Amino acid sequence: MSNEHAHAPAHDDDEHNPHLAHHFDTMGQQTASAKLGMWLFLATEILMFSGLFLAYFILRMLYPEMVLEAHEHLSKWAGGINTVVLLTSSYTMALGVRSIQLGDVKKLRLMLVLTILCGCIFMVVKYFEYSAKFEHGMLPGKFYSAHLHGYEIDGLPHIFFGVYFLMTGLHGVHVVIGLAIMLWMFVRAGRGEFGAKNYVAIENTGLYWHLVDLVWIFLFPLLYLVK
Amino acid sequence: MSTAVQSQDPHPAVEPSYLVSKRGLMSWLVTVDHKRLGLMYLASVMFFFLIAGILAIALRTELFTPDQDFMSAQTYNQVFTLHGAIMVFLFIIPSVPAALGNFFLPLMLGAKDVAFPRLNLLSFYVYSVAAVFLIVAILTSGLDTGWTFYTPYSTSTGTAVITATAGVFIAGFSSILTGLNFVVTVHKMRAPGMNWNRMPLFVWAIYSTAVIQVLATPVLAITLLLLIIERSLGIGIFDPAMGGDPVLFQHFFWFYSHPAVYIMILPGFGIISEIITVHSRKHIFGYKAIALSSVAIAVISFVVWGHHLFVSGQSELAGVLFSFLTFAVGVPTAIKVFSWVATLYGGSIQYNTACWYGMAFLWTFTVGGLTGLPLSTLAIDVHLHDTYFVVAHFHYVMVGGTVVAFIGGLHHWWPKMTGRMFNETAGKWGCLLVFIGFNVTFMTQFFLGHQGMPRRYYAYLPEYQVMHQVSTIGSYILAVGLLWTLIYLMHSLWKGEKAPSNPWGAVTLEWQTQSPPIEHNFHETPHIHGSPYDFPEIDKSAGALHH
Repeated sequence: MSNEHAHAPAHDDDEHNPHLAHHFDTMGQQTASAKLGMWLFLATEILMFSGLFLAYFILRMLYPEMVLEAHEHLSKWAGGINTVVLLTSSYTMALGVRSIQLGDVKKLRLMLVLTILCGCIFMVVKYFEYSAKFEHGMLPGKFYSAHLHGYEIDGLPHIFFGVYFLMTGLHGVHVVIGLAIMLWMFVRAGRGEFGAKNYVAIENTGLYWHLVDLVWIFLFPLLYLVK
Repeated sequence: MSTAVQSQDPHPAVEPSYLVSKRGLMSWLVTVDHKRLGLMYLASVMFFFLIAGILAIALRTELFTPDQDFMSAQTYNQVFTLHGAIMVFLFIIPSVPAALGNFFLPLMLGAKDVAFPRLNLLSFYVYSVAAVFLIVAILTSGLDTGWTFYTPYSTSTGTAVITATAGVFIAGFSSILTGLNFVVTVHKMRAPGMNWNRMPLFVWAIYSTAVIQVLATPVLAITLLLLIIERSLGIGIFDPAMGGDPVLFQHFFWFYSHPAVYIMILPGFGIISEIITVHSRKHIFGYKAIALSSVAIAVISFVVWGHHLFVSGQSELAGVLFSFLTFAVGVPTAIKVFSWVATLYGGSIQYNTACWYGMAFLWTFTVGGLTGLPLSTLAIDVHLHDTYFVVAHFHYVMVGGTVVAFIGGLHHWWPKMTGRMFNETAGKWGCLLVFIGFNVTFMTQFFLGHQGMPRRYYAYLPEYQVMHQVSTIGSYILAVGLLWTLIYLMHSLWKGEKAPSNPWGAVTLEWQTQSPPIEHNFHETPHIHGSPYDFPEIDKSAGALHH
């Protein structure tokens, strides 16, 4: 609630800073805007996912036995490995942000590579998980055909797998987008666009990646560890 | 005079205005100037207002006689659905925030632009893509679900539900990006001295709107995504045949769409606050109360969605709570209306076109607001649910409220946006036609609805005929008034007098720069030292009335 920004822009070298957009008075104002914008964006992401979480809880309330039985067919190992992988990637991302705060571009790029690597491992594990579900006919809605492959689940398991694919699918899309952004940041860092005083894009990338991680932290127990 | 010490007088119009500072089609298509984007939005929303308005006139014409005239039942369903969907998603929601808000928010804050100008441009194109989706839906197999897309009908009908909902889904992202941009702009782009208690009330209203846009629209996005998935994969969330719950869709949908009603009306409140105070030359009554009541409405709007489900079989306790909370919205709303009336009291009112629209709003919106109370009363709602009473109430708030405020705001700010004055006499005739036409159209529908005429019917019993005909004739008068307004406003662009920088003697910052403004808004960053409503010549003489 203050207006400390926008005061007396001229007495530092901001005027000549190539990173300062024309409509901002100071770098401080620009950075604060970018951060606030990112946090608001994260809020919209949380609200979007919360709609799916609500759908999940309604499903679980309506058909508790079916959810319990159907979830046994998800691989706890695959989910668990992915949880560890994503948590690790959050750690390397945080290290990357710290590196650039200290002005170490080399280390930032290394950390971005490690984070991207973890993201890729996550997607590969996901690929094998999805393939197994496809083979067993555990598909969403009207494509569900597990009973033809010898898996009998009582009740309406097609809804569970619908919700499973929707939640993990939307999360997977976010992972892929995150990977693309990190790749872009890696290139930009190589061009020398970031430094100890100009790292808000990296910080925002980190925030996004932590959110992707956080959503998974909730998805894993809710879908894989019902009991 | 307390605001804007830096006048632009030392540089009398040495810089070209934003309209001519860059030339050529490309300079518009890739512009990041909030003022140009505001104009582009204005042209787009006006186009869709025209399309959806023509559909409305077609509906009213079909209803002139009890029998089927020139539309089949199926066509009628499609026409009212498209009227609603286009009006809500492509006209009203972006109308005030994206057009006038984009133009004036940075100006009123004393900023050079919104916080994220490129995001603003992206938002415009996202909106355009959404419009293309909806147009494709119309041109292929249409849409006949009603603008609410209720399941299970929307999962089983043969019309282009997926294309249309994808369009609305995309329009939602445009809305989110605009809202996000505005919230950050208000927090971070205020000029020195512009603290929260010195912000114009239009800014407060747009800020509250933006908060709802950011927090509610993502839920619409996921709702429509679920609907699309339900329709394409049949996952069984909403479809009872697959084990789903159709009422769950209604909860999902109204969790967004009720706050969305306030996305539509709050900016209108902001415009009226500006119009009333400027054209009565008096400091706004209850500045803080009006500002905070916008925030209060934004907060309460999130917990009233259940009043759309009074007859959907939700629990009695939920019904009672939602009914109570809905009544609670009346409190901050009434605070606003009383404050506007109190502002007029003892003011030196200039009866020009903008002010006429302000007055028209006070009547039509008050009727719209008060008729919400019977609808939020549980027992009465059972009788009035799904009748023309609801149609009339909704149109009194959306047309009598938002559209009247929007047109009023357009007149108030027209000199600033275009640099031209329109003809006041023509303007007053337009306002009169709009006011009479609107009231004849929709006042009649309260009585129709109360007598049991259900909404969304293409044919009806003969005893309703007289009132339907009155309503239809009213809609023609309204249409003539709106077309007349379009004509003289367009005429003013070529023939209108050149506008001075501050034709109304207002104190807010947008009037302190030239008309139309220069590309970067102000020659020097303004510094603010007081309220945006301290009118120098009146306040001293009318000071006694304040207390």
